[in-house]
Order: sequence, then C-alpha cells, then structure tokens
Amino acid sequence: MSAIHPLACVIAACARGISGVQVAWAGCRPEERQRIYFANHTSHLDFVVLWSALPRSVRTRTHPVAARDYWQRGIRAYLAKEVFRAVFVDRSSHSQQISKEASTASARRVIDDMSAALGESDSLIIFPEGTRGSGDGVGPFRSGIYHLARKHPEVDLVPAYLENLSRILPKGELLPVPLLSRLTFGEPIRICSSETKEAFLARAHAALESLRRKGQ
Amino acid sequence: MNRMNAIANSIAGTMLSPGLVARFRDPQLLWLFGGILGLLVVASVMGSMLSRFVRSDSARATVDNLNARIRAWWTMSAIFLLTMVVGQVGSLFLFALMSLLALREYITLTPTRRADHRTLLWTFFVVTPVQYYLIGIRWYGLFAILIPVAVFALIPTHIALRGDTEHFLERVAKIQFGIMICVYCLSYAPALLMLTIPGFEGKSPQLLLFLVLIAQMSDVLKYTWGKLIGRHQIVPGVSPNKTWEGFIGGVLSATAIGAALWRFTPFQPWPAAGLSLVIALLGAAGGLVMSAIKRDAHVKDFGSLIEGHGGMLDRIDSICFAAPVFFHIVRYYYVP
Repeated sequence: MSAIHPLACVIAACARGISGVQVAWAGCRPEERQRIYFANHTSHLDFVVLWSALPRSVRTRTHPVAARDYWQRGIRAYLAKEVFRAVFVDRSSHSQQISKEASTASARRVIDDMSAALGESDSLIIFPEGTRGSGDGVGPFRSGIYHLARKHPEVDLVPAYLENLSRILPKGELLPVPLLSRLTFGEPIRICSSETKEAFLARAHAALESLRRKGQ
Repeated sequence: MNRMNAIANSIAGTMLSPGLVARFRDPQLLWLFGGILGLLVVASVMGSMLSRFVRSDSARATVDNLNARIRAWWTMSAIFLLTMVVGQVGSLFLFALMSLLALREYITLTPTRRADHRTLLWTFFVVTPVQYYLIGIRWYGLFAILIPVAVFALIPTHIALRGDTEHFLERVAKIQFGIMICVYCLSYAPALLMLTIPGFEGKSPQLLLFLVLIAQMSDVLKYTWGKLIGRHQIVPGVSPNKTWEGFIGGVLSATAIGAALWRFTPFQPWPAAGLSLVIALLGAAGGLVMSAIKRDAHVKDFGSLIEGHGGMLDRIDSICFAAPVFFHIVRYYYVP
C-alpha cells in the first residue's frame, strides 16, 4: 500500500482548520474495513474534510471518486490523481441527450472503474448526487450507488452527512470563510437481494437525510 | 526573588529583548502572575477534593464539568499571560485570534446567504486584522470609528451590490451586530495598551490584566454563588442558571476583589471599586445578551473549542460590553 502524499496531509490539516469540523460517529465506529462512504455534496471541501476525519490507517486505503470532466486538467488533475489518488469516472452518462444504449454502456464502465478501485480491501468516498448542490437538503441520487452496491453486496455503505460546508466554500467561490461545520457518520446499510433500484435509492437517500439535525 | 529574577533574566536574555527583561523584573506584574497561579492551584486542589467526595450522579456531572473548567482555566491563563509577557504584539495577536474564533461561532449560528460570502470574507480577513493593526500603530482616531462608521456603511452596500434582497435587513443587521460584538468591542481590551496615564507609564498591561481578571472573576463568582445559594431566577426565559443570589454575590465579591487590587492600578481604592462594579455589571449584561442569542438559535453553547466552557463567545461574553466602557471611562478621567 503506497503511503499518503505529504501534500494530502497538509491540505487535510488546512481543511480541518478552516472548516472547524466536529466529527460524530453516530451509527458506526471508524474501522479498517472495506466501506463505501456516501455523502451529500455542496462544496469542494467535502471530500477533503470527510477524508481527513478518517483515522490515518483508514485514509491510506480510501479513494475519492471524481468526475473526469471536472478534474481532468492542470492543477486539478494533479490534486485528484497524484495527491488524493482519486478514481475518475465519466459523468457524461447522466446528460439526457445521448441514446439509452450508449448511456447504459457508459454507466457500466463507471461501475467497473469503481469496482476495480474498490478491489479486495480499499474503500471509496462517493457523492451520489453527482454534483454540488446548494446546501438546502440532499438532492436526488443517481443510480451509480445502486449498481455499485449490487456488484458488492458484502460491502457496508456508510452514510456521511456534511453540514454547513456550503456556507464555508460555496460553489463558484475561491476563498473559504472559516465557519464551523459538522460531519455525522450514520448506520451502515447494505443492499437486499430482492431490492429494486428505486427502493434502494430511496432507502440510501433516507439514511443520509436522517442524519440532518432538526431545524437545519 | 533574586534567584527567580536571575532565571527570568537568563531566559529573557536569550531572546535579546530588553522589554521582556523589564517585564520579568516588574514586581507588580510578578505579584499579579503569582496571585493568579495561587488561585489556580487552590481551585485545582478544591476540584480534586470535591471529585473524591461526591456520590450522586448529578453532583458527579457538576463536579466533572467544574474540573474541566478549572483545567481549561490553567490553559487560558497560561496563554493569556504568555502573550502578555511577549508584549503588545502578543496580546494583539491573541485578541485578534479570539475575535476571529468568536466571529466564526457567531456567523455559524447566523443564517447568512450565498450572496454574503464575499462580505464575510472581507469581515474576517480585512476588517478584523486592520482593526487590531490600528491599535498596534496607536491610531486611536481611526480605531474608534472604523467599524461603527466606515464598515457600518460598507457592509450593507456590499451586500446590496450582490443583488440578493431576500431578508436583506436581517442579514445586514446580524452581520453588523456580530462584528460589533466580536471585533469592535473585544478589540477595546488590548486597546487599553494604547493608554498612557501619568505616573503609570509603561504599566498599561496591568490595565488589561485588571479588566480581564475582574470580568472573568465576576463570571466565576456568579457561577459559584449561583451554585451554592442560587434560588431566584432573574430571567428564566433566557437562562435558568442565572439567579439573583449569584448575580449579587458575584458582582459584590468581584467589586471587593477589584478594590483590593487598587495598588496594581492607577486608581485609588474607591474608583477601583467603582470601575470593578462597572466591569462586573456589564459582564453580567454581556452574559445575559449572549444567552438570549443562544436561546434564539436553540443552542446551549456557541462551540466546543474550550473544554467545559462552550465556545470562545461563551468566554468573552463578560468582556465585550465591559471593555469599551472601561476603556472610555479610564481614557476620559485618567488620560490628559
């Protein structure tokens, strides 16, 4: 297992400082086992904050899943590929213009890429909404998480709710305002053998939404 | 005492700062530091004795919280006194950092919108450092008006320019209030270092120490009196822990302590008592207002930065109203 990139540690420490994140392991303990963490997505800080909240031994084996179109070039590519060893996936399958067959094929490729990265023992961090939202509630999930769970029914899916990061570094802003944030890990879920796509997506969505504190 | 001075000199000498040596030689400051150390030792001994004697679960929780607070007091006193020994720069950095941390807790609880992002960036990274920089260069005239006059106009203009008018007045007012409390009011504490009082030259750090000591002591004493004999709540709707017994006991005992410390200040005993009374009363007012804000936001504490104490705002609430008033009274009556 390769060591963590030194820059990754620096960025993680900065992200923790800026976001003042309070981490709550509400539904499970931080463990060195294969897991798929799925979180709501509102800010560029999301992944780094989530990753930095994991124990060091878990971090070395946990990869983010990043959209190839966004993280492909320049400094972004360096950060994603070299520093955080991200798994790239194509987002194009989600646009509605292309044909159904092409879309299915591309979706399959996405799942294969993620499965390969998961391998025997590694973990993934995914954002099933597929894009950054405004921060008011959790947007609808794309089906990737379902296919991934179907392919790896033995892996725990851990919901992780990130709160307030959209106010610290909203979409389109370059500099963060150092407010306080919170990260809650919920109870892991697994797919049932008979569960339909819609039922599973609804259950996963509800698991993440339930971690939202009241009045938020 | 000679030996202590010799050690202090050798430590300070290695840093090649005559200011540091002078501060270590100042017997009054050493007495004050020694007194604070003694208080902390007594508190720790009493805390550990209490934790041995308690039986019931609720008493256990109270004593554990008390001991966490005492441990935090050690750390806070050490940081505060160390920065004071470093000199004005140390105190300015410490208070600027406290402002930023308090503002962060406050804005976290305040519903701002996407359009306020840039305004908040300016508030955190430009206005706050500039305010403390003005103390550093002793530009009193601008220090006193920067936030209430200039920033007061700039914040709503900046937000209006972003074009989002949803809850406009609410957002502006809340940001204004936060910057007034967390930055403007708090910066008056290290601003005491700017004051030059005849016969008290070079001793202005003792003014800052006096303010912080009386404000925090009155806070601790209100808590202690309240726990011991508190019965009648002042405003149960705001804070169930604030009682008349705690308030009167805390204010009177803090005033007595302030009067007893008059030799360390430029004041005579009666003015020292009067100023301590003002600090203690405004400390209570600050605590009450902060409690009302927390109650409104449905939280118990502003954060979890300092163990047992809640957040930074929970700790500075007793200073933020007291500091500007104390500063202006001292400036009006004692600075020619």
